[in-house]
Amino acid sequence: MTNLVKKFALILVLGLIAATAVAQPDELAPGSSQLINPEQLVNLLQSSTGKPLVLNIGPSLIFMQAHIPGAEFIGPTSDPQGMESLRRRVKSLPHNTFIVLYCGCCPWAHCPNVRPAYKELHKAGFSNVKVLYIANNFGTDWVNKGYPTVRGQ
Amino acid sequence: MRKVVVLVLAVVLLAAFYELGHRRSGSAKPASSQGNPAPEFSLAGLDGKPLSLADYRGKVVLLNFWATWCVPCRAEIPYFVDLQNKYREQGLQVIGISMDDGPKPVQEFYQQYKMNYPVALGTDKVAESYGGVLGLPVTFLIGRDGRIAAKYIGEAQMPVIEEKIQSLLQAK
Repeated sequence: MTNLVKKFALILVLGLIAATAVAQPDELAPGSSQLINPEQLVNLLQSSTGKPLVLNIGPSLIFMQAHIPGAEFIGPTSDPQGMESLRRRVKSLPHNTFIVLYCGCCPWAHCPNVRPAYKELHKAGFSNVKVLYIANNFGTDWVNKGYPTVRGQ
Repeated sequence: MRKVVVLVLAVVLLAAFYELGHRRSGSAKPASSQGNPAPEFSLAGLDGKPLSLADYRGKVVLLNFWATWCVPCRAEIPYFVDLQNKYREQGLQVIGISMDDGPKPVQEFYQQYKMNYPVALGTDKVAESYGGVLGLPVTFLIGRDGRIAAKYIGEAQMPVIEEKIQSLLQAK
C-alpha cells in the first residue's frame, strides 16, 4: 500500500513538472513590454535621436515588395540560414544596441520567425530588443495604414 | 475677397501637408480589384515546365499565394487538394504560387501533402501585379472570362470559397 502511494506521488510530481514545462508563458504575447507597435516605431524613426536598428527577419519576396525604410534584410529566422545571418549581423554590436525585429509574414500567433529571433538575441545578451507587433500581416498593419515603406532589396 | 483668398490658400496648404504626411516612397500597389482582368504571368513550375495563367483560360482558376512556413497556408492545402479533385471535370484549376525563398522545401511539401495541382515559385513582380502579397495566404478566384471574381486575404473560409467556385463554374 505504501509503495502504491509513493508511486502515485511520484507520477503526480512528474506530471506537474511536465505541465509546468509545457505551459511556459509566451514572452511575446500581445501587450507585453517586449513589443513595440507600428505607430511607436514610426515616431521613433522620425525622431532625430534614439533610432533603433531595424532588422527584417521575414521572407525576401515580401521584403522586396515593401519594407520599412532603413530596415536591413536578414532572412527568415525559422530556418538555420536566416538565424546564422542574424548571429553574424549582431556579432560585433554592443549588447545595449536598440534593435527592433520585425516580420509580418502572417498572423502574429503563427509567425515562425519572431520568437526564435527574439530568443536568440536575448540568449546572446542583448538587453534592448523590441519586436514590432504586427497583428495580421505587414500589408494590413503597416502598408495599408499609410506608414512609410520602400521597395527593393 | 481677401478672406476668401486666405481661406483657399489655407485649404491648399493643409491638403499639401496631408499628402506629404501620407506619401509613401514607393510601395505595393493597391489590391487588385474584382472585375479586372487577372494579371498574366509565366513562371517556372516545380516540375521545371513553364506555368502560365494563359494556359488555363476558359477554366475557373483558384490562385493561391502561399508558403511552406505559413501555418494558415498549410491548413488550407488539403482543402484545395479536395476542391481540385471534386471540381476538376467541371473546369476548376487550382494553381499555387509559393513565396518560399527556394524550391527545396516546396518540393518536399508538395510530396508530403500529395498536392495534385501545379505550383510555381513566385516573384516580387508577380506578387505586385496582384496588388502586393504582403502577408499570407492570399487567394484569388478567377472566372472563365479571365477576370478576378474574388480575393480572400488570410485563411479562407472553405464553404464560402466552394460556394463561389460552384457559382463561377455554372457561368459559361
